Amino acid sequence: MNRRHLYILCTLLVLVGGAVFMIKAQVLGFPMAPDARTEIWRVDVRVKFKGDGRPVKVTLQVPRSSDEYALIDQTFVSPGYGLATAPSGDNRHATFTIRKETGEQTIYYRAVVQKTQKSNDPAPLPRPAPGKPRLSENELSAARAVVAGLWEQSADEASFVTLLLSRMRAPRAQGELAALLGHDPSQRKMAELAADLVRLARVPARAVHGVPLEGLRRNVGAVHWLEVFIDGQWRPFNLKDGHQAEPADTMPWWRGKGPLVRIEGAAGQGFEIATSQAYEMALTTALLRGKELGSGFVEFSVMGLPIQMRAVYQVLLTIPIGIMVLVVLRNVIGMSTFGTFMPVLMAMAFRETELLWGVVLFTLVCGIGLMVRFYLEQLKLLLVPRLAAVVIVVIAIMALLSVLSNKLGFDRGLSVALFPIVILAMTIERMSIVWEERGAKESFRQAVGSIGVAAICYAVMNVALVQHLFFVFPELLLIVLAATLLLGRYSGYRLVELPRFKVLAGER
Amino acid sequence: MFRLARRLRDAGVLGINRRNADYILVHNDRRFYPLVDDKALTKTIAQEKGIAVPELYGTVTIQAEVAGIPGIVAGRDDFVVKPAQGSQGQGVVVVTGRSRGLYKLADGKLMDDGELAFHTSNILSGIFSLGGQPDKALIEYRVKFDPVFEAISYQGVPDVRIIVYFGIPVMAMVRLPTRLSKGKANLHQGCIGAGIDIATGRTLTAVWRNDVVSEHPDTGNPVSGVEIPGWQTLLEIAAQSHELTGLAYQGIDLVLDKDLGPLILELNARPGLNIQIANRAGLAGRLEAVDGFRRDGLSIGERVAFARENFASAFSA
Repeated sequence: MNRRHLYILCTLLVLVGGAVFMIKAQVLGFPMAPDARTEIWRVDVRVKFKGDGRPVKVTLQVPRSSDEYALIDQTFVSPGYGLATAPSGDNRHATFTIRKETGEQTIYYRAVVQKTQKSNDPAPLPRPAPGKPRLSENELSAARAVVAGLWEQSADEASFVTLLLSRMRAPRAQGELAALLGHDPSQRKMAELAADLVRLARVPARAVHGVPLEGLRRNVGAVHWLEVFIDGQWRPFNLKDGHQAEPADTMPWWRGKGPLVRIEGAAGQGFEIATSQAYEMALTTALLRGKELGSGFVEFSVMGLPIQMRAVYQVLLTIPIGIMVLVVLRNVIGMSTFGTFMPVLMAMAFRETELLWGVVLFTLVCGIGLMVRFYLEQLKLLLVPRLAAVVIVVIAIMALLSVLSNKLGFDRGLSVALFPIVILAMTIERMSIVWEERGAKESFRQAVGSIGVAAICYAVMNVALVQHLFFVFPELLLIVLAATLLLGRYSGYRLVELPRFKVLAGER
Repeated sequence: MFRLARRLRDAGVLGINRRNADYILVHNDRRFYPLVDDKALTKTIAQEKGIAVPELYGTVTIQAEVAGIPGIVAGRDDFVVKPAQGSQGQGVVVVTGRSRGLYKLADGKLMDDGELAFHTSNILSGIFSLGGQPDKALIEYRVKFDPVFEAISYQGVPDVRIIVYFGIPVMAMVRLPTRLSKGKANLHQGCIGAGIDIATGRTLTAVWRNDVVSEHPDTGNPVSGVEIPGWQTLLEIAAQSHELTGLAYQGIDLVLDKDLGPLILELNARPGLNIQIANRAGLAGRLEAVDGFRRDGLSIGERVAFARENFASAFSA
């Protein structure tokens, strides 16, 4: 027991950790902050239809990597179906086929998409053939009249397109244009017609259909716009005002004429698009950049692990900081909690449920569990069977909450399944014993303390910068260890002791 | 806030972190802990040294022995059932008499054989023990407490807690049960603790929760100025506890039996810090004084004399 021993040890840990950190950050150029531009998205397409015994063929447009969006991974879930993917023109489509199918059918497609940095000055592309407009004889003559009129009024290709689009948007499109659009045209129809009209002017053009990426969304509607080939590049024009602009945060999914899904041989068709952002993989670009460094630091670090393990370590490596925060809250502040590390485990569960839902679900499970536990008290059960009974009840409550929230449409409620079950059961047991021996007030005080500490740990562990730093620079753990060791010899007052012993200070 | 902390430090108030880091972890050898954590062991070693303890009627170690409790207590009207490794008075059942085949408890409740057996099973399964490991239940003599504290306690048995550092008593208090504490002598459960002037053996004001009080909340009688009979003897027993357990920093809990005199109830390796509020004095200064004085080979008499000379209360009545 020597204080100097402790200080030397801590200094060494800090020096080693700090030195490795500095070398990696300054010399090897490991990124200090998470790359804010890195965005990874999951896009789920769910196709539903009802088979009636005929052969079924489902054609689903699937995306390809573009300059701005890289397709990292894709998954097809279509049990029993033949599956083929093939490029077709600008697109790629997946065809699901089956000889005979009856009843409700669901086909899933998931794309994992990464937003990348678009190059500012791309090389010019060869001008493609404009392609023939796909219009009937009657439409063609009307279309020719429209195009001829607008061509006269415009200066160049871009202004022609803008003029055309603004005419189409006009509250009452007149004459031939109105006839071509028909009554109450959809956005997709407008984009497709605009592409045909521009082609008629011998300018290459195509309709683009994209999926907006805006956080966690269900029932996402596709967004449509027009691409026109001008000056060696495909230039996007939005339908709203006809100006040359790309829709923000939207991934082009398919181009040209045609729907997203075409189903032959089945009735009751429908599809749904859902998007979500994948936070846990948001460090990929930093990693890829790390790989390029080609240094042993990358190969012999958690970044060299297979991707699934990396995701695990991204979580594990934030636990030490959570634990250090817990030590501060308990030994320096003096908050009381149920169980020593229970709040950190709860904080990890909160990562999955998000804080508000986590607190709500935790309170619900503990509240219901506590009521059951008070009832069990009357039966005078022995300790181990009683604990087992509480575990069983906790799992039942969790299943019930999941089913209820699913029926009520709260997706977040499902995440209750991620709570540490045994920890919850032990918490309920401890709570009821404290309740009986020291009263409800003390029990609530500790419960609120536990949730408070868990929330603070969650807040710290969930800071993007903290996650990034500990994942890319695990040597920082040495510094956390040193801080924790020093806290282990902290012999000052706890904050809660100040009011407790106040009477002893006031006597002078 | 920092000013308050500095004032507390100047007053020599010992915080829980410093108690653990500088005294318990440094001076208390972990291998001696079982001697104080297991009350059955404490009894044995105390008896070897010739210090009186409440007589042990029987021990229940395994579930099958629970059925034998009525046999152990046969012919005894009053007794106490307690967990051998309990902390803070939890799980203690005090039977004061019998009535029509039922046990009468100190708080006036009644218990039948089945309920007592269930309670004992709970003790065995470790609900009340530190860390929840399996425990055993002790059935022992119920102390008939000395009437000296009658006016200032509500049911239950008041006990005297003395903090002993290297065999020198440094601070003392008497814990007086209240209605809130359900007759238990435990500060966390709401009993009051009255400081005792080490020099004179007279009570001072008391701590209830974290406040200083001068009257017993239930009886309304003043708690200060009560002289504890045989104070010198109590201090000598406390001083001996160092040789008993080998622990440098410990709390010793004594009861005053009206027939048997002072008995060791239990020892505690992590005694609480509210005793400072009861005495309105800090522990740190006294511990430092002991560190400046202590050396090997001091007799019990010398150690007690040092304590009585140096640790007189500034608030003595």
